[in-house]
Formats: sequence, structure tokens, C-alpha cells
Amino acid sequence: MATTAFEPVISTGWGKPQSWTMNSYKQRGGYKGLEKALELTPAQIIDEVKKSNLRGRGGAGFPTGLKWSFVPKDNPKPKYLAVNGDESEPGTFKDRNILSHDPHMLLEGIAIASYALNVHTCYVYLRGEFKFPAERLQAAIQEAYAAGIFGKTLMGKDFALDCYLVRGAGAYICGEETALLESLEGKKGWPRLKPPFPAVVGLFGCPTVVNNVETLSSVPHVFTRGAAWYAGLGTDKSGGTRLICLSGTVNRPGVYEVPLETTFTQLIFDDKYGRGLPAGRKVKAVVPGGSSAPILSPDELDIAMEFEAVKVKQTMAGSGGVIVMDDTTCMVRSLWRIARFYAEESCGQCTPCREGTPWQARLLRKIEEGRGEPGDVEHLSNVASSIAPYPPIGLGNTICALGDAAALPTHSFLMRFRDEFEAHIREHRCPFGDKPWGAFGDWS
Amino acid sequence: MAESLFTPEEQKKFDAQIAEILSHYPADRKSAGMLPALRVLQDIKGWLPPEGIKLVASALEVRPERAYEVASFYVMYHLKKPGKYVIDVCTNLPCALRGAEQMLAYLERKLGLKAGETTERFTLRETECLASCGTAPCLQINEDHHESLDRAKLDALFDKLS
Repeated sequence: MATTAFEPVISTGWGKPQSWTMNSYKQRGGYKGLEKALELTPAQIIDEVKKSNLRGRGGAGFPTGLKWSFVPKDNPKPKYLAVNGDESEPGTFKDRNILSHDPHMLLEGIAIASYALNVHTCYVYLRGEFKFPAERLQAAIQEAYAAGIFGKTLMGKDFALDCYLVRGAGAYICGEETALLESLEGKKGWPRLKPPFPAVVGLFGCPTVVNNVETLSSVPHVFTRGAAWYAGLGTDKSGGTRLICLSGTVNRPGVYEVPLETTFTQLIFDDKYGRGLPAGRKVKAVVPGGSSAPILSPDELDIAMEFEAVKVKQTMAGSGGVIVMDDTTCMVRSLWRIARFYAEESCGQCTPCREGTPWQARLLRKIEEGRGEPGDVEHLSNVASSIAPYPPIGLGNTICALGDAAALPTHSFLMRFRDEFEAHIREHRCPFGDKPWGAFGDWS
Repeated sequence: MAESLFTPEEQKKFDAQIAEILSHYPADRKSAGMLPALRVLQDIKGWLPPEGIKLVASALEVRPERAYEVASFYVMYHLKKPGKYVIDVCTNLPCALRGAEQMLAYLERKLGLKAGETTERFTLRETECLASCGTAPCLQINEDHHESLDRAKLDALFDKLS
């Protein structure tokens, strides 16, 4: 349970004039966290982060302080920090806001983490499609160099720190941490076998910490306001607030910073968040944590959008991407859209994923277009199971989690909406006709 | 003598930007600069001509096959010359829920070509997720992002293209 009164932490600067500049950031208390952290030893900094209960915001929710403590101290090789800004999971769009509105918050987090981990070179890997956020971030990096935060000394301390921005070139798989490292090394993004984990053998074979943009942007607050304050904002197992991305058929989609105990019902219907659905429409299904997360039914939405609570429903809070589907939505077409994505983004390294993901997409297209045959639903279920059985979550037949991500939606859609798939096959057509999404937007 | 890929100005720009990229990596890890170096080539020529990929490989001291392998893995690199305007329309689930399929169909009618096709003026592509689900539907024109689109906004946008 939260013991600190809720207030927004990450999103406080959004919408403020020139919020992306160092001047604006400093006026809001920016870089005070770094000042305080530099008064501590690296070990003390890591301890504070552990006490804050900060968990990774990239999807897996791993405790950040613990991750930092895995970096071997006695390894003579250089150590690296790689920032994962390859946000691409459909339904997830918070890094775009952080980078466009308040890039210095990330840079301050980078500086603190680098000092704690004895890292002298940090690479920020941004997805290639983020041209505008990349321009904002690059300008902020230049300001930080000019202000003596990056460069030969770190705020006057004898500690050199360089920070470079690298843009990807359009590959969702590079958000997987080892694929990201491969891409940073100038290769195609093929995930590596783990172990060894990046903390021991990472970039250029050296110890590397990979942290998400939102995770590092949270770090300054642990030091400006204290670890206890930060931990108190959250639950017993997870400190701080969360950025939730709300999309789909709600009246007011967007990124909202919420207390971790906020329920899906509140997010979708409250006036300060989604403001409900357009008149006459009801919720049919909700994706709770990015497109790979198994869906929830309308009667399951009174749970907190928090890692542990969502796990109870055999799904995941993941990246915080909540997608709302209303009762005019065709579930076959929705799953086909998701399946196409994973088929397109499979890196091709593991056979079950390389072959299985396009197979799923082909079967779904066939069913949606009214060409489905008896047995296709079982066939689809078998293909998904060959990529990753269900349940449990996270034990697929592939090197990385993209296989799981591709199979989980299929399993969950079939479990909850099997009738709709069967109806498509029986009637040799989509029961929603040419309006599988309702009538959103007038493009006639 | 074979005609050079670059004009003298382009060559200068290419050399300077490659040198800058290489300064970001350890001296024995030149190949790490592959993604940014290919981007430099694409920024200059509009696509990745085979002889340009060879130049990138040579600057990074790797075999050309290695550079081609990377160039062909990532969707934002153009291995064929695209139209003057490359239009990427997101039709993934969150965008589809807010009319992206209808928007793409409208655009196909308006431009007179299907997704996946290229004319001298346009390359129209369906793309997988632009991470802008809260402001769907959206598209990018030569990587410039446009969001919360409706018919009037889209028409205005395309009217402005030269």
C-alpha cells in the first residue's frame, strides 16, 4: 500500500513552456538529484535505488537496484550503460512523451547511473522512427555537454562521461535487450542466448546495464526526494508511480501518470483519464500491458494496473500499454492485426517463431476473409502452441520472448472469443461486414 | 574511369559524418558504426545504392556482405530507390481501432496507388507501430510524424507537398 500521498513524478514538466530545455528543467529542480547522488559513494547510490523499490519499466519489472548490483566490480573491462529507447510494442507510447517533453530527466538519470556503475560511455538507443524525439534528445545532450555534466568531468568531479545517441532503423526486436546490444554493435538485431546476462557480458563483451527510458527518468527523483518517499508512492513490491498509455476506443486516449493501485475501470472511465467510451458503446475486451499481454474481459477490470495484481489474471502489466476494444470490434480482425505485427517483426533466428508467426497471420487472414474451414481454429491453436504453450507465461520454444509475445494473444483471444472465430468459419464471412472497427472516423 | 557515387560536396559530408560516428566507438570496434553510417548514406542519396553500401563497408573495415546483411534487416533502409515522399501508415491494432484502415484506403484512392507500391512521387507503405497510439491514426512522411489525423488534416497535409 502507498504511504506517500500521490503526486505525478515523471510527467510534471509536460506542457510547461520550453520544458525540454535545461533552463526549464533546472527551474523545476532538475539536476538536484545528481548533486545529491554525487555526495554518496557508488555503493550507497545502488543501495538507495534498492530501497526505493524502483522496478524496470520496460516490461519485465525487474528491480533496478538489484540489476545494477549484478555488474561485477572486479572486472577490468570498461563498463557500459545502454538506454533502451526502442519503444515499439503496439499500445505503448510513453517514451515518446518523456523524450519530447523532458529529455533532461533521462540525462540526469543516466549521469547518476553511470557514476554508480563506474560507466564512462553511455549509448541511448532510440527507435529509428522517433525523428522528433531524437532531435529533442540530441539538443539536450549538447546542452548537458556544455554545462559540464557530460564530458571530461561530471559536475566538477574527476569522472569522464560520454553520452551518444544512436537511432535504430525499424526493428521491434531491438527492444529486446540483447538484440539491442547486437544492433548497437552494428549488426542485425538477433537476440543472444542468456546466460551470460548483459551485466556480465554485454556490449563489446563488456559488463553492460540495459535500462529503459522511463526507469532511468525515475532515478533522479529517488535522490531529490529520498528513497523512502519514492518507495512510499508505490506498493510493497514496486515503488513510484507508473506511466500508463491508454489507447483504442476511449474518449480521451493518452499517457497518464497514475498511482499503482489505480484500476482499469478508473483508467477507462474516470474524468481525469479516459472519460469512457463513445455513446452507446461498451467495453468488449482490454489489453492490459502492450499487444502481447493476454486480454481481460469487461468483468475483470476492477483490479489494480500493478504487476502482481495483473499477474493473478494470468496476464501482465508489461509495458503499461492499455488498449480498449469496444463491442463493435471484430476480434478475428484485431488478432490478425496483432499477428501481422509479430510476423513482420520476427527476427527469423528461431524456427518456431520464424515459421509460426506468419502461419498465424495467414490463418487469421483466411478466417477473417471468410475462407476459413472447419478445423482452422484448432490448427491456429496448435501453431500458437508450437511457438509457446499456454499457460504458463514465459516458457516458449524460442531464444527470446518475442515468440511468447506472438503466441499469448492467440491463446487468449481463442480462449475468450472462440465463438466469434467459429462464426466466421460457419458463415464464410466476417459477421461485422465492412465495419469491423465500428465506424470510427469518416473517411468515406 | 567509373563515375563516382558522390559529388565532391557529398563526399566531404560523407567523410566528415563517418569520422564523427567512428569517434563514438572504441578504435577496434569500427563496425559498431554500421547503423548510423548507413543512415548517413541514405540521407545523402535518398536510398542505399549497392556501391554506397560497399563504401560504408570499406569505411568500417568490414566485408560488403556484412553491411548488406544489416541494410536488409531493418525496414527503414531503402534498398531500392523510393518515391520522393515515403509515406508510412500505421495500421496496427490501436491505430486500426481509430480508423487507420479507412485512412489508408482513402489515401490509396487519393494517391492512386496501393500500399506497397512506388511511383516517382510516392512510396506508400503499411507500417507496424509508430508508437503514437494515443494520437491515432497517424502516419509519417519522410520520417516526419503526423498524428490525430482526420480527412481534412490529411488533405491539408498532402496539399502542402511540392
